[in-house]
Amino acid sequence: MTSTTYTLTHDNLNALLRALVAAGKQLHAPQRVGPKVFFKPVNDAATIVFDYVQTAESPKSLLFPKAEFLVSYRQNSEGMVVTDHLQKEIPEMILFGSRPCDAAALSRFVQFFADGHADAMVTQRRRALTIISMSCIASDPACFCTSCGSSPGDTTGSDLLLTPISNGRYLVDVVTEKGQSLVAANEALFEQAPTIVKDSYLATVEAVFTPEEITKRLATSFNDPIWKNASLRCIGCGACAYVCPTCSCFTIEDEGNDRTGDRLRCWDSCAFALFTVHTTGHNPRPTQTERWRQRVMHKFSYLPETNHFLGCVGCGRCSRACPADMNLKEQIIAIAELLPAIG
Amino acid sequence: MQSLQHKAAELLGSNRASVVIGYAEGSDGRVRPHFARTNDDAKALVWDQRCKQNLAVYLTKHEIKEMGPAAIIASPAVVRTIVQMASEQQFVRSFPITLVVDNDQVTELNDGPSLEAFATSHPVLFPSHVTKEVEDLAAMSVADRFAFWQEEFSRCFKCYACRSACPLCYCTKCITESNQPQWVTVAPHALGNFEWHLNRAMHLAGRCIQCGSCTLACPAGIPIALLTIEASNIVQREFGYQPGIKADAPAALSSFRVEDKEAFIR
Ligand code: SF4
Ligand code: SF4
Ligand code: SF4
Ligand code: SF4
Repeated sequence: MTSTTYTLTHDNLNALLRALVAAGKQLHAPQRVGPKVFFKPVNDAATIVFDYVQTAESPKSLLFPKAEFLVSYRQNSEGMVVTDHLQKEIPEMILFGSRPCDAAALSRFVQFFADGHADAMVTQRRRALTIISMSCIASDPACFCTSCGSSPGDTTGSDLLLTPISNGRYLVDVVTEKGQSLVAANEALFEQAPTIVKDSYLATVEAVFTPEEITKRLATSFNDPIWKNASLRCIGCGACAYVCPTCSCFTIEDEGNDRTGDRLRCWDSCAFALFTVHTTGHNPRPTQTERWRQRVMHKFSYLPETNHFLGCVGCGRCSRACPADMNLKEQIIAIAELLPAIG
Repeated sequence: MQSLQHKAAELLGSNRASVVIGYAEGSDGRVRPHFARTNDDAKALVWDQRCKQNLAVYLTKHEIKEMGPAAIIASPAVVRTIVQMASEQQFVRSFPITLVVDNDQVTELNDGPSLEAFATSHPVLFPSHVTKEVEDLAAMSVADRFAFWQEEFSRCFKCYACRSACPLCYCTKCITESNQPQWVTVAPHALGNFEWHLNRAMHLAGRCIQCGSCTLACPAGIPIALLTIEASNIVQREFGYQPGIKADAPAALSSFRVEDKEAFIR
């Protein structure tokens, strides 16, 4: 793909966002709710906020809604009407203001759902989605993208990446064809960029571990006593998994009776006791020790092994959201220190 | 702080407690739950304004229980929790050693009467904005209140952090997890979220000791405590029952008196 760059003024960016809303596109962008920032559908571009480090929730619900209807059936006088929601048209969506780590996460997320038997819902939704991300000029102590294969100016997974530079302007990286056509359709708003070095505008996030090393140390850690102490304060909620842009576990729920009903796909989390409980009552992950181990192992050991990518992009959301302050970055650093490197 | 650390070390040293549940410095200016089992662990204990999460939630956690006798550093809300849990028969053999800190003075509360006396002399204190939110909600029309919760619940994804952070949601099998019969719709859509939160509010009506930990825990920023706080307020108004004050009080909503003025009981 081309590596064309443009610049865009803040006013023209607003004009672009307004034009997208006016054109009937479903625009999702960061908006404030109390002290937190969430991606929400935008009707008025003026409600979009720009001064946040990271949103409370990830943008994954655009690809993977928290409750997604799969099949519905309704009995009426003519008989049973069955709706296959997979056949429904997905509206064109624009995600604005995702961070580079989010876009990187979504690309891993899509890859996960495309490996082997491709998931129709996720792939169709990604096709209907255009991602306009915003580079990070600020970070906070929970961020560790540079340890997880991403960075404050990473273009991976975005269609366009904007980087705030001086004088209320943005440098625009055109990453994909989709991004290119969005620029082409609104050409008057963009200016050809002189050579600008993006790096000097970006936040500095120090790398604190190398994922390869962690994966190696985890390979022999299954029965290590570290997991018990590490997970003592974890209260077993789903907050970390539900705010995480790469967590993809779900459960299939059936609702209704013999005349009317729905089948839905809903988020699930390995932190819940019920996640692995068998019908016999036996639970192979009986305590939070095994559940926390699963969370770390899945992201830093199993996924790198089976799917060849890391299940974490270091967005820090889980650490910010955790009611018990289970700081993931700190936990991974501890693993690098406590576990032996074998092999 | 020093006297707290000494006290913890003394309890551990004399084997009266195998673990002291408290707080330690956490990430980026936060505090986090801390389980002191050695002298060194005890030195990390802190106690200040930031210590808001209700630690009583760990008294029923398997991994903590198997450590042996526990001591817990308790805010007034934790004391109320322990009294309430006692009234619900959650401490079969003995109470946890409950440590209250006042002006760097540590006092042990080890039996029903001392816990009750402390709970009674330390009434619930909400930050002023919570009191106002509770009042504002109560003053709303039913339609406005419904719209308020509809908007708030739209962000709920059923991570159950509110439940996990609540020391009185100690059920090993929650009502949401029952599927034969299924009481609560599992999906986090509008209906499922209403069913879940109304069920939880009903389960905590007259049991919620009003610590606010559920709101603190919610990653979606939903002020979920407002529901259970109001539910407990209503129970107090209607039945004269305040949770967390008497260790042997019968539960407000699951006990009855033959002399009840309502006819349905007879
Ligand atoms: S790590 Fe934190 S957010 Fe995740 S399950 Fe445990 S307590 Fe909940
Ligand atoms: S595990 Fe935590 S830091 Fe990593 S991607 Fe998920 S939410 Fe972000
Ligand atoms: S903590 Fe918040 S998002 Fe999670 S289930 Fe409770 S109200 Fe919903
Ligand atoms: S909501 Fe009800 S059933 Fe569920 S844990 Fe709380 S008290 Fe128990």
